[in-house]
Amino acid sequence: MEAIIIGIAKSAIRLATPYLYASIGETIGQLSGVLNLGVDGVMLMGAFSAFYTVLKTGNLILGLLAAIVVGAIFGLLIAFVNVTLKAEQGISGIGVYIFGLGLSSFLFRTMVGTVETVSGFPPLSVPLLSNIPIVGEIFFQQNILVYGAFALVPLTWFILNKTPLGLSIRAVGQHPEAADSLGVNIVHIRYLTVIFGGMLSGIAGASLSIALLNVFQQNLTNGMGFIAVALVYFGAWRPLSVLSGALLFSTVNAIQIWVQVKGINIPSDFTLMLPYIVTIAVLAAMAKRRIHPPAALNKPFERGE
Amino acid sequence: MKLKKIIIVLTLISILVLSLGFGASAKPFRVAVIMPSSINDLAFSQSMYDALIAVQKEMGKENFEFVYSENMFVVADAAAAIRDYASEGYDQVIAHGSQYGSSLVEIAPDFPNTSFAWGTSVSTFSDQGITNVFAYEARSEEGGYVCGVLAAKLSQTGIIGVIGPIETGDAKLYVDGFKVGVLATKPKAQVNVNWIGSFSDVALASEAAQTHINVGADVLTGTAQMVVGAIGVARQRGVLWFGTQADQTSLAPEVVVANQVYDWTVALKPMIQLVKEGTRGGNIYVLTLANGGLKMVVNQEALIGKTIKDIIEGKIDIKL
Repeated sequence: MEAIIIGIAKSAIRLATPYLYASIGETIGQLSGVLNLGVDGVMLMGAFSAFYTVLKTGNLILGLLAAIVVGAIFGLLIAFVNVTLKAEQGISGIGVYIFGLGLSSFLFRTMVGTVETVSGFPPLSVPLLSNIPIVGEIFFQQNILVYGAFALVPLTWFILNKTPLGLSIRAVGQHPEAADSLGVNIVHIRYLTVIFGGMLSGIAGASLSIALLNVFQQNLTNGMGFIAVALVYFGAWRPLSVLSGALLFSTVNAIQIWVQVKGINIPSDFTLMLPYIVTIAVLAAMAKRRIHPPAALNKPFERGE
Repeated sequence: MKLKKIIIVLTLISILVLSLGFGASAKPFRVAVIMPSSINDLAFSQSMYDALIAVQKEMGKENFEFVYSENMFVVADAAAAIRDYASEGYDQVIAHGSQYGSSLVEIAPDFPNTSFAWGTSVSTFSDQGITNVFAYEARSEEGGYVCGVLAAKLSQTGIIGVIGPIETGDAKLYVDGFKVGVLATKPKAQVNVNWIGSFSDVALASEAAQTHINVGADVLTGTAQMVVGAIGVARQRGVLWFGTQADQTSLAPEVVVANQVYDWTVALKPMIQLVKEGTRGGNIYVLTLANGGLKMVVNQEALIGKTIKDIIEGKIDIKL
């Protein structure tokens, strides 16, 4: 029985990792007022960059850095289009998604050609903690990018709620005019959050291609980026709630795989729906407490408007 | 003056005759293909692409041309592409995906001079009066059975895992045949099947493989392009893999034991011949082990490679 729980829990944590990186990145960006729907495209570019670097050099850290740099470049592009050019943010995000999907597929086709595997980040046991029965095996025998994702949550919470920078970010997303009048540079803050979000999306992609799956294929993420954006809303722009959402979704996914593998007689069409249905049900149940998005979300800032 | 005129006229006439002569030489047979995934997916679409390349090699580039639109998973996009290709005058338009059937029913009657082919399917819509659609299919359950037999023999725990995409088409045929093959060889074996609901969700396929191995499977198989995730896990955890649709050995030579490979030329070549002779549809072509459309490729390294290596490295002492 405990082997089953350990197996499902480990699966859930692995599945949650890319969602976590991408959602936290998107949360920070949205808190400053910028909506980015292109997360999936950036994840794909990050995944490809990391994969290709590891394929050619065998160096995992270099691969991770490549994903971060490419993610940052895409973040810069998104920030430029949304903040400086003041584009319609929902639409520009879709444009970035299509661009990232197409570019990663094209580069994969021309630079790699055929599907290949790499040796990615191996599981890293945390000394002492990994020896705790059950809990140790579930939480402390994962690869380093998994640890990074989970460490990111309290770190983000701290920065957003306990530092001046976090206050500025939230102010820019709630009431940019007030923040502006107090000397906060709206453009700088939004560029910062979106570029950082891009870097995290890049790492999310790398967590797939050089840690969890060790392979790259066209459209590897298969829409994960969009689920990540949805999780931001689920988590009401709070890092801890976003974590719960990612874990909820991934745990139900892990359970439904296990249900099918065990041959339990529930039609696969139904079990496949479960992660989505459960997440929506939980969201509906929690709707009693009113959730307020950042007031300036999706509104480009124009001084004097 | 008159001589100059005669020379000019003669030159013009000879140019005309020569160009007519060039025009009269054989036109290449032109094929357009629509595929649901990419040509390097090591699965469904790649098998068709490889077959087209093979036909082109045999017939020569000047006699056989083909173009393709890949990643046409969305039926509406594919329908538009099919219609475009047909109106551009291709001799044959191949709709390589079972989801394209309804589009063909609408488009084929509009282009009576174009031959269409639909796979995988056995319906040529002749009952609806359509005469320019061929159908082709693979009897994947045959290769599935073969893989199942070998899988049962190699499994030491008696638990075998199957990771399927969506329960339809040649995926279902393969999985069903595989299961029958396993149980015919080892009636007490346990075959766990899970359908991940997508042809491309690599992450889910990888987790499914982990789960299968966690419940004791030491042999895995699966179909569709998402299996690359599962093969990666199989390689990492030392579990054997059986592949289908294309040769997946290159992905994990240590553990990929055997593959069922589709050779669509068995369907393509007779279709091309018929279209050249004027018949544009109505026949059904099936790939089987008997007609060479299905081929089994066994990978020696996965079966006996480690044993050979251990002997060479002196790890095995053969006590005579």
